[in-house]
Amino acid sequence: MTRTRKTGLIFFPAFDWAISPTHPEREERLLYTQDQVFEEGLLDFDNIIEYKPGLATVEDINRVHICVPDARSVITESHLISAGGAITAADKVLSGEVDNAFALVRPPGHHAMLVVHGARGFCNINIEAVMIGYIRKHYGAKRIAVIDTDCHHGDGTQDIFWNDPNTLCLSIHQDGRTLYPGTGFHEEFGGPNAMGATINIPLPPRTSEDGFLYILEHAIQPIINDFKPDLIINSAGQDNHYTDPITNMRFTAQGYAMLNERLKPDIAVLEGGYSIEGALPYVNVGIILAMAGLDFSHVKEPDYNPTSLRESDDLKRTIEREAEQIYKLWKNRDALREKAVGQAKYVKRRKRIYYDTDGISEQQEETVRVCSDCGGLVMIDSIADTGNRIYAVILSAGACPECRHDGEEFFALTNPGRYQHVYFQDRDQDIFRVK
Amino acid sequence: MILGIDVGGTHTDAVLIEDFQVKRKTKVLTNEANLLDSLLAVTTELFRDEDPQRLERVVLSTTISTNAVVQSKIDRVGMLIVSGPGLSPTDLPIQRDVHFLSGAVNHRGVETASIDPEEVGRTAGGLQREGIRHVGIVGKFSTRNPQQEFQIRDLINDHLRHVSLGHRMSGHLNFPRRIATTYLNAAIWERYQKFVKQILYFVKEQGITVPLYILKADGGAFDINRSVDFPVQTILSGPAASIMGILSMVDCAEDAIALDIGGTTTDIAIFADGVPLLEPFGVHIEGHKTLIRGLRTRSIGVGGDSRVQFSDGGLTIGPEREGPAAAFGGPFPTPTDAMIVLGLTDIGDAGKATAAIQPIAAAMNVSLDAAARAIFDQTCEKIVHHVRAFIEEINNEPVYTIHELLEGKVLKPTAMYIVGGPAEPMSTRLGEMMGCPASLPRNAEVANAVGAALARTTAEMTILADTERRILTIAEEGLQLTVSPRFTLAEAIAIAKERLRERALDMGAKERDLEIEVIECQEFNMVREYYTAGKNIRVKVQVKPGLISTLR
Repeated sequence: MTRTRKTGLIFFPAFDWAISPTHPEREERLLYTQDQVFEEGLLDFDNIIEYKPGLATVEDINRVHICVPDARSVITESHLISAGGAITAADKVLSGEVDNAFALVRPPGHHAMLVVHGARGFCNINIEAVMIGYIRKHYGAKRIAVIDTDCHHGDGTQDIFWNDPNTLCLSIHQDGRTLYPGTGFHEEFGGPNAMGATINIPLPPRTSEDGFLYILEHAIQPIINDFKPDLIINSAGQDNHYTDPITNMRFTAQGYAMLNERLKPDIAVLEGGYSIEGALPYVNVGIILAMAGLDFSHVKEPDYNPTSLRESDDLKRTIEREAEQIYKLWKNRDALREKAVGQAKYVKRRKRIYYDTDGISEQQEETVRVCSDCGGLVMIDSIADTGNRIYAVILSAGACPECRHDGEEFFALTNPGRYQHVYFQDRDQDIFRVK
Repeated sequence: MILGIDVGGTHTDAVLIEDFQVKRKTKVLTNEANLLDSLLAVTTELFRDEDPQRLERVVLSTTISTNAVVQSKIDRVGMLIVSGPGLSPTDLPIQRDVHFLSGAVNHRGVETASIDPEEVGRTAGGLQREGIRHVGIVGKFSTRNPQQEFQIRDLINDHLRHVSLGHRMSGHLNFPRRIATTYLNAAIWERYQKFVKQILYFVKEQGITVPLYILKADGGAFDINRSVDFPVQTILSGPAASIMGILSMVDCAEDAIALDIGGTTTDIAIFADGVPLLEPFGVHIEGHKTLIRGLRTRSIGVGGDSRVQFSDGGLTIGPEREGPAAAFGGPFPTPTDAMIVLGLTDIGDAGKATAAIQPIAAAMNVSLDAAARAIFDQTCEKIVHHVRAFIEEINNEPVYTIHELLEGKVLKPTAMYIVGGPAEPMSTRLGEMMGCPASLPRNAEVANAVGAALARTTAEMTILADTERRILTIAEEGLQLTVSPRFTLAEAIAIAKERLRERALDMGAKERDLEIEVIECQEFNMVREYYTAGKNIRVKVQVKPGLISTLR
């Protein structure tokens, strides 16, 4: 059973951690997945190598998040392990020990945004983003594409890399008008210096195998080919499955495996997916086999019936139109930037963020220095109904001298006063300061 | 008085033990063609002035099963597989005479597709036409629900000599390994049961009427009558015998390393708090990955007779052995020759040893002594390197809870026990390099036979209780019981311990040796639609590998 492609598997089901006893994000979530992975004997294949997750550090978190008041108080050990598992996956791939890797870990992270006042969408810290920060620190600047195939919009990852032209955040999800978090529309297209580096593909409820694979072929892959990433990361949520209890899609284990086989991610990281018996065991086995280049054609849910899951002709046409629109949008990204930014030197936007898991409301004002040489300088004024108010100055990776100069000056001039803390996050030189 | 016999590939060793002391020991060459000859030779020798009537028990460790597999002296086996969804059939381990049948059971033990009796009938007819009389039946997740394996057995059983059922092999989840294990069990059954018949006849002839035990790969012994249906468990019992022997000769309650340094290879085993470690899933044999519970050992290609070469400015030790040491007439220099030159041992012909090392010293452009020292050090270093890597591998084994990840046990050996030919000359240096004291157990040359003699009966039991479905499954027994919706983890543990006790006694254990421990216990709330629908309780218990009582 020797294969040419080596796949790393970081499996950490955290059997002793839950948000609350009956929460979807509970101890039982990966229990049947573990059963299926063990019973299929996947770890006995010579080209599937299991690794213990490492532990992420507070420094790893501070590279991509502004945690209020600090990282330690918004996380538990479980978050350090799941982010650490993603980092282990990256290390194994980038050191060449394996060809690709799957971090099958929990808790998930893709709803955690740049500023963290608490948990939202079952996420505290964004494990892919922490991993990307780590990759850039230890393996140099990279163009990275994050393809988020979770059923929910990957709004956290989008927020963290909103102004980063070197990170493509492409999220494919159930239409935000019908599902949490209610965002992820075409007009969310990246910050003034990174337009087109955020792409959202909302899909109608009941999209199934054909629809997902059509979008992959006609929108996602062409965009990736244009973007030319050094690394492809898949935020591999599994809640598009037809049995998922909190969504309305009709994707399947076969579909997930085919998607993975065609997308060929270097690193896949588990996100959501709460059909813990009917979907996860099969979807995860399908993904692992696909990554390892093994035959997944027999991986099917016991009640799999492709005929009953097929999309209507109407739905098909909607999806075809969607793919066409998206690719046109992407092609027009430079013109759109001209139109949106114009001659402005700074661009402001206001956001309201709701932390559903912790019941916190946040209001944010983001100011971005328009810059044609780098991702620019970002300043955030954030107030939450916990009473915490903070100010953060963020320099993007590859920051130009002017943005750097201005950023350092803003940080020097801003004093705590009405802010609980003032943060300086230099993603270029890996400096994090708080006052 | 206890008689322990280890029939090895080269030698058959036997000991008589009284009051936990080796009273007599003997060693003869094994007659591969007729193992009974070897047994007769050692027993005759041992009982020359002893009364067989004073025996309390006899334990035998034998290569019969291992050799059957290694030498392919096996029967053709028809494999009836209920695969269900998942891995492709072409990726499963056994390919010849395999028949895939309808049916499926899922991870919770729920039947998701049923058996087709007509299909089973047709397949059975095919087996009969092919003259296949040994069959293995294996279902995916059959340890969670054995019913489909039973159904198939009941439909085909007429004309067959033997049927091995997958769920009986082990409680572990691993379908490909279950297939391989079941296959091997059925393939060697005929030969093994013939052997058991001969042995029983032989001991009767010898006037021995006490219980006769066979050693398993996990270093535990079980009643020979109970072994007949599970010959696969007796594969690779030889290395286990040596490890149990070392355990009996030292006073070990800490983390420790055991080394058996032979001519060709060195075998490494690890004790955690004085208990030998088991393979996480099962042993490997001849390319088969199995679910056979076995002691965890690592064999490396370096020993006293390893060929030593100097080329491209570097020394290499092993992994090949081209004959005995030069001091004993072998063709090439070996670590043993280096030890003779260094005066660490006075075996063999020192002149021949010197003559063999001399060219290496010349090539290295150093003195004879310096060359011998370099060879010796590098041999020790190579062993230490592998020991360290083995320990690190064990310490890096994945775990699945935050508690284990942050506070799990980390092996830190504080003692090292060495047996084998070069044990004495190498022990001091190995101890220095490993940073822990090395010692040489007494009677080490018959450690294997002593280990067999003193091994206790071991067993394992895996329980899954699903209170939503109100079913408790005992994997290894193929038993399903009804439980109440309020069934608890404590009750599951109590049942597991009691059933294990019965099982172990049935396998020949003595009540006083039943050191039972819980090795896994987990309880999950099963939540459906935001309400707790039941509990999923998982318990695994074992009789710890160890020695019969009063000797720890």
